[in-house]
Amino acid sequence: MHELAIAESIIKTVLDEAEKRNLARIKKIAVRVGALTDIVPDALQFGFEAASADTELAATRLEIKTIPVTGKCKSCGNEFNIEEHIFICPFCESFDIEITSGDELDIEYIEADDRSD
Amino acid sequence: MSAKIKIEKKVLSENDKIAAEIRERLHQNDIVSLNFVSSPGSGKTSLLEKTIARLGKEIDIGLIAGDVQTENDANRLKAAGGEIVRPVVTGGLCHLDARMISKALENLDLEDIKMLFIENVGNLVCPSSYDLGEDMKVVLVSVTEGDDKPLKYPAMFRRSSVMIINKTDLLPHCDFNMETARMNALKVNGKLKIFEMSCRAGDGLDEWYLWLKSLMTR
Repeated sequence: MHELAIAESIIKTVLDEAEKRNLARIKKIAVRVGALTDIVPDALQFGFEAASADTELAATRLEIKTIPVTGKCKSCGNEFNIEEHIFICPFCESFDIEITSGDELDIEYIEADDRSD
Repeated sequence: MSAKIKIEKKVLSENDKIAAEIRERLHQNDIVSLNFVSSPGSGKTSLLEKTIARLGKEIDIGLIAGDVQTENDANRLKAAGGEIVRPVVTGGLCHLDARMISKALENLDLEDIKMLFIENVGNLVCPSSYDLGEDMKVVLVSVTEGDDKPLKYPAMFRRSSVMIINKTDLLPHCDFNMETARMNALKVNGKLKIFEMSCRAGDGLDEWYLWLKSLMTR
């Protein structure tokens, strides 16, 4: 539902970075989206296409990597995948779980041309 | 030549930066802040109305009330005795973000308040992504909504510190199992503090008021 707002934040961040680093023709943006963010990749893709249409990023490709949720048990120290959002340690049944991945909403890298070329 | 350039930046880093500034300002002024989230109609405004009416004389409470359209909720909170209520109309946007809170705080004298309630837009998905600089999120569910809500919206329940199960007076009319609801919530977030209450009938409210007061002495 808020994928459009997220897409707008991606566009703004990338355009700011491009200006700072003097980059032109951004071909690709790679983002990491954790499964715990409730962000739907298809909706984000659609939101990006809509929001980028009138910007320098109109022809830029957005690559979305979905990151599964993993956790570490604070009682027994074991690490495991969290299936279906059940944050209970499968080894010792503790509820005290630290999330080690799945919370991401990051711009990993971009592919671009140097403006001086 | 085309090159791969590492960015490694959070998409919402700008929001997070503003949220961090808000948190620091609130802490400098010894203000405890709670961000109330739920589906539309779970009873956020009713709970805040009751809370202001009961605690408003003891604790100076400021309120930021978000709504997609209208200032109806803010008006209800003012009518309940909330002297410091700032409405935020998002104009269609499905969540509050840190910038809106920062703007609302410009019209709020932080020296006048000790507790800040933020009533988010009714939505269990989008507001979970946006840090508003609050100390904790309070998520409400009502018994008419079903006991599987925490499993359907894990991000919100995982990021909340408190869960309120509201409208317990309607339990006899609903297929809502309290134990199942509690278990589902704890599966997602074992640290949730859970309150059961009926804002309408008044059950469970005293425990909630006591807990709020205990936050002031921390």
